[in-house]
Amino acid sequence: MSTQAQANPSGADLAISDEVMIGLTGVNKWYGQFHVLKDIDLTVLKGERIVICGPSGSGKSTLIRCINRLEEHQRGRIVVDGIELTHDLKNIEKVRREVGMVFQHFNLFPHLTVLDNLTLAPIWVKKVPKKEAEEVAMHYLKRVKIPEQAGKFPGQLSGGQQQRVAIARSLCMSPKVMLFDEPTSALDPEMIKEVLDVMIELARSGMTMICVTHEMGFARTVANRVIFMDKGEIIEQNEPEEFFNNPKSDRTKLFLSQILHH
Amino acid sequence: MTDMTDQSIVPGTRPDLPPPVTESGVIGWLRHNLFSSWWDSLLTLSAIYIVYLIVPPFISWAFVNADWQFLPSVISGEKAPEFSDCTSGGACWIFVRARFGQFFYGFYPDAERWRVNLVLVMLVASIYGLLSERIKNKKPIAWFFFAVFPLLAFFLLYGGIGLPVVPTQQWGGFMLTLTLAGIGIVFSLPIGILLALGRRSQLPIVHLLCVLFIEFARGVPLITILFMANVMLPLFLPQGVEFNILLRVLIGVTLFASAYMAEVIRGGLQALPKGQYEGAMAMGLGYWAMMRLIIMPQALRVAIPGIVNNFISLTQDTTLVAIVGLYDFLNIVRAGSRDSNWIGTEIEGYVFCAFVYWIFCFAMSRYSMRIERKLQTGHKR
Ligand SMILES: Nc1ncnc2c1ncn2[C@@H]1O[C@H](COP(=O)(O)OP(=O)(O)O)[C@@H](O)[C@H]1O
Ligand SMILES: [Mg+2]
Repeated sequence: MSTQAQANPSGADLAISDEVMIGLTGVNKWYGQFHVLKDIDLTVLKGERIVICGPSGSGKSTLIRCINRLEEHQRGRIVVDGIELTHDLKNIEKVRREVGMVFQHFNLFPHLTVLDNLTLAPIWVKKVPKKEAEEVAMHYLKRVKIPEQAGKFPGQLSGGQQQRVAIARSLCMSPKVMLFDEPTSALDPEMIKEVLDVMIELARSGMTMICVTHEMGFARTVANRVIFMDKGEIIEQNEPEEFFNNPKSDRTKLFLSQILHH
Repeated sequence: MTDMTDQSIVPGTRPDLPPPVTESGVIGWLRHNLFSSWWDSLLTLSAIYIVYLIVPPFISWAFVNADWQFLPSVISGEKAPEFSDCTSGGACWIFVRARFGQFFYGFYPDAERWRVNLVLVMLVASIYGLLSERIKNKKPIAWFFFAVFPLLAFFLLYGGIGLPVVPTQQWGGFMLTLTLAGIGIVFSLPIGILLALGRRSQLPIVHLLCVLFIEFARGVPLITILFMANVMLPLFLPQGVEFNILLRVLIGVTLFASAYMAEVIRGGLQALPKGQYEGAMAMGLGYWAMMRLIIMPQALRVAIPGIVNNFISLTQDTTLVAIVGLYDFLNIVRAGSRDSNWIGTEIEGYVFCAFVYWIFCFAMSRYSMRIERKLQTGHKR
């Protein structure tokens, strides 16, 4: 099990600093009697791009949702950019301001236009003046290649467009970390690429990213570490080439054979 | 069940053919909607017969044979109008004309009625401003309506600072009904929102209090609440403090309506997927910002039909204040037709009342249907 791989064949040009962005130590979580997360230790450096995979129900979503406190962990420590997540609401909101999240089902606000979706948090959370927020929003809409949709409502866009809006919405808060929870698994196959392209571009720009995804091509292209989870535990982690070509544990082998063969 | 024509073609095999004559046009529509079976035909015919029994006599009573004009002797001031002036056998609308001032203003002094009119003009103008699609910038109107207007209206209606005071005992008629319904509507919505949020709160005390209040208010008839507001509220006040009866009733009506409002809004909240909360929280929005900007706008849209329904019930429920001795619109019309000059005009009074309430409630209902349609075309999930 290698820890923070500094070099990555395809992403070698991407610099990773040695500053810690996210640190999880001995994190445990239960839903009632059910032990979802078991002694998770994970350190994410600034600029690192991590892909988490594993069978359904293994706790991947729960893990990344603990990082912005959409779920509460019961034991262990989670520190994001030097702020520890506790019951302190102020800290939680501070962390959420620095951590963007993209969901499987987009979770755009259907009653607001695309532009208003993007400017809402900057205006109300960061108190950015409206005009400036709109300029920033248009900038990111151009980056995800749909500036012409600014005036539409989310319901009028395709799934791929909605997910790109969701990514742009998070970016408008200039987050230090982006979390992705299966961003392409609710999309029709022909739309997956447009979303992955945006994510790859984002990775190239040096964003710290944690992506729960089964897109192995994406993992090979941008990840500098792939983590395999099963039954609430981190079973194996390695740089992508090693991880895919030379998996160590039997469970990883089984999982990889399953997703590669269907 | 009826179409035994066109046996030669198996249905569904020739979609290229025009529909048979009996399926289209007026005859087709009639056959399809009114006479599609012997049972439907029977219902249709009975309905037509009932309409025939009721409508023509009503029209001749209310319009054709009705008395509308004052006698010359009344106009010249020789005598007061009375029921016996009506001679044509139809409705005696002279009664409504003669009493109109009282029906509208209650016992509000003649010289001060301009104040009520002014409030009414401001009310209608700002409601028009808020609802009209032609006016784009609604912010100043909203500010006026929700911040300035209530104070101004109170000052004008009640008096003080130079205006003679008109005690609330003299308020009555349509103006009182409008005051009750208006205040009930304006306050029950925000209180209902808070109660609905409280009922879904994670804080056990807040949750418990809200559930207790909502279930209590929904489980007790409004009449009971009005009696209690009348008798019990003074018990909680220091001795000798006079607590206005209109105020007591207003509090009772508003709290009652709030409980129903809370349940309708809770329904709207439940219709929202969890992802909306998570999307908002993940952006760093705090609880109140999330509720105000993301959750409530959507929940209220879902709840519009129920909310307007509550507004309509509330408007109608204001008639119950007669029980604690207030002369609202219905009560004052009833009292008018008991006047010794007007014995025998009860039907006219009730028909007039029903008509006025109907106009108001129907307008609300139509308006809510319009918003619903507009929102449906505006955006979809
Ligand atoms: N709110 C919840 N209450 C109870 N059990 C839950 C809840 N959310 C998730 N779980 C359970 O926790 C396990 C892990 O869920 P999740 O993190 O969503 O898995 P993954 O994202 O890897 O598919 C699953 O077995 C799921 O049924
Ligand atoms: Mg998941």
